[in-house]
Amino acid sequence: MPTLGSAMKITLNVNGEARSLDVDPRVALLDALRTHLDLTGSKKGCDHGQCGACTVLVNGRRINSCLTLAVMHEGDEITTIEGLGEPGSLSPLQKSFVKHDGYQCGYCTPGQIMSAKGMIAEFNMGWPSNVTDDLGTAPDFTEAEIKERMSGNLCRCSAYPGICHAIREAAPDEGTIEEAAE
Amino acid sequence: MKPFDYVRAASHGDAHDNAARIIAGGTNLLDLMKHQIETPTKLVDVTRLDMTEIEEAENSVRIGALVSNSDLAADPLIRERYGVLSRALLAGASGQLRNKATTGGNLLQRTRCPYFYDTTQPCNKREPGSGCMAMEGQNRILAILGTSDKCIATHPSDMAVAMRVLDARVEIEKPDGQIQLLTLDELYRLPGDTPHEETALEPGDLIVAVHLPDAPKGKHVYRKVRDRSSYAFALVSVGAVVHTDGGKITDAALAFGGLGPRPWRDTEVEQTLIGEAPSEALFEKAADILLADAKGYGGNDFKIPLTRRVLKSVLGELTGATQ
Repeated sequence: MPTLGSAMKITLNVNGEARSLDVDPRVALLDALRTHLDLTGSKKGCDHGQCGACTVLVNGRRINSCLTLAVMHEGDEITTIEGLGEPGSLSPLQKSFVKHDGYQCGYCTPGQIMSAKGMIAEFNMGWPSNVTDDLGTAPDFTEAEIKERMSGNLCRCSAYPGICHAIREAAPDEGTIEEAAE
Repeated sequence: MKPFDYVRAASHGDAHDNAARIIAGGTNLLDLMKHQIETPTKLVDVTRLDMTEIEEAENSVRIGALVSNSDLAADPLIRERYGVLSRALLAGASGQLRNKATTGGNLLQRTRCPYFYDTTQPCNKREPGSGCMAMEGQNRILAILGTSDKCIATHPSDMAVAMRVLDARVEIEKPDGQIQLLTLDELYRLPGDTPHEETALEPGDLIVAVHLPDAPKGKHVYRKVRDRSSYAFALVSVGAVVHTDGGKITDAALAFGGLGPRPWRDTEVEQTLIGEAPSEALFEKAADILLADAKGYGGNDFKIPLTRRVLKSVLGELTGATQ
């Protein structure tokens, strides 16, 4: 009879690669990525789902990786900041954050970029937000929409204007968003 | 976090486990487990079960318990017919949390009372009989209606407020396979002397869906007043569907968040409005009835006049009257 909470062998699909690991069921997806798989791009800020620094994509959707268990994600496709681009071949959002200075200390940046990636996909599916006037028509990609949709990502350096500019400029290259309505 | 065994449910039978806590989105449960407020020794993960559909039936819509808050808010049918529900969902949490949080889990969110979260303090909800520090402490976000001398916690859900407006019924599968349908007033218990007993759910029960009857007639509004313009719990919220015809209010359904231990609905308020011409005096009367038994505890006294003002503003918007 195994002891309570004994480690489990699982396989996670991270950035297109199958990775096997032994984890205590208590290990959050974030900690599995950082300490078991050495993918330290995803950051631990609050560890309670309040700051967004740990944001990753699971099956294309942005989530807080600190508030979910690694053992719950066998069979899922997980994408971290390391899966978007690398030095020399940055993704459009990564390039845009550099260009627009969308950070100061950089700690929240991987989470901001992963959240923006997921947010743009949500926008492209026509999802409304709390600031969308009419639930019946597709919202415009305005600054007000970006701010509302990115409210789950905090930046203690308050680089929000740069973050907003970076997202607006990169969005058309990240998906099928039309040029933002002026 | 305390150790626990993890099982992924392959069938509903696996989920009917008296010894286990059910986990789905996990956004509230794992947070509470990190604080050791919840200390289950076994988790049953139901996320791979077949409860992910939004189905239209005759005179109703059935929402699977695993439908995420974001999918529910964005669903074309919900947006078209149940606008108050879409709006309430979009007013809650963040994009990341809405992607993970489920319909069933959202209903079972625990309170955000700071003393419930602070394990160094007594709390009758966390440790029955230990006392309540909130009554004379930091109670700015806490309840003014439905409280007891044991607990003044609020229910934090926006979604549940809209569902209360819409007369939702929660479909519960019992361990023997029997189905039970509960209204939200039947699901949620008032604190009384046992604030730790929050719902009518019994061990082994599984929430499988939420049923919405045809939407009531009228315009839909969800108005949420909070400390930040995004990503904050409600101080006061009002979900409302109101219809006017020939200068009179013909239909009205209203529920309130941030005021009580469950989404608060008072049908006397609605009866006061129905059949009358909208006016400042009528809205004042509705607020008088809603707040007749309201009790402030110091830090949350402001909620009484704030609720009055928000209610009047929402009714003004919905009826085209002044405000």
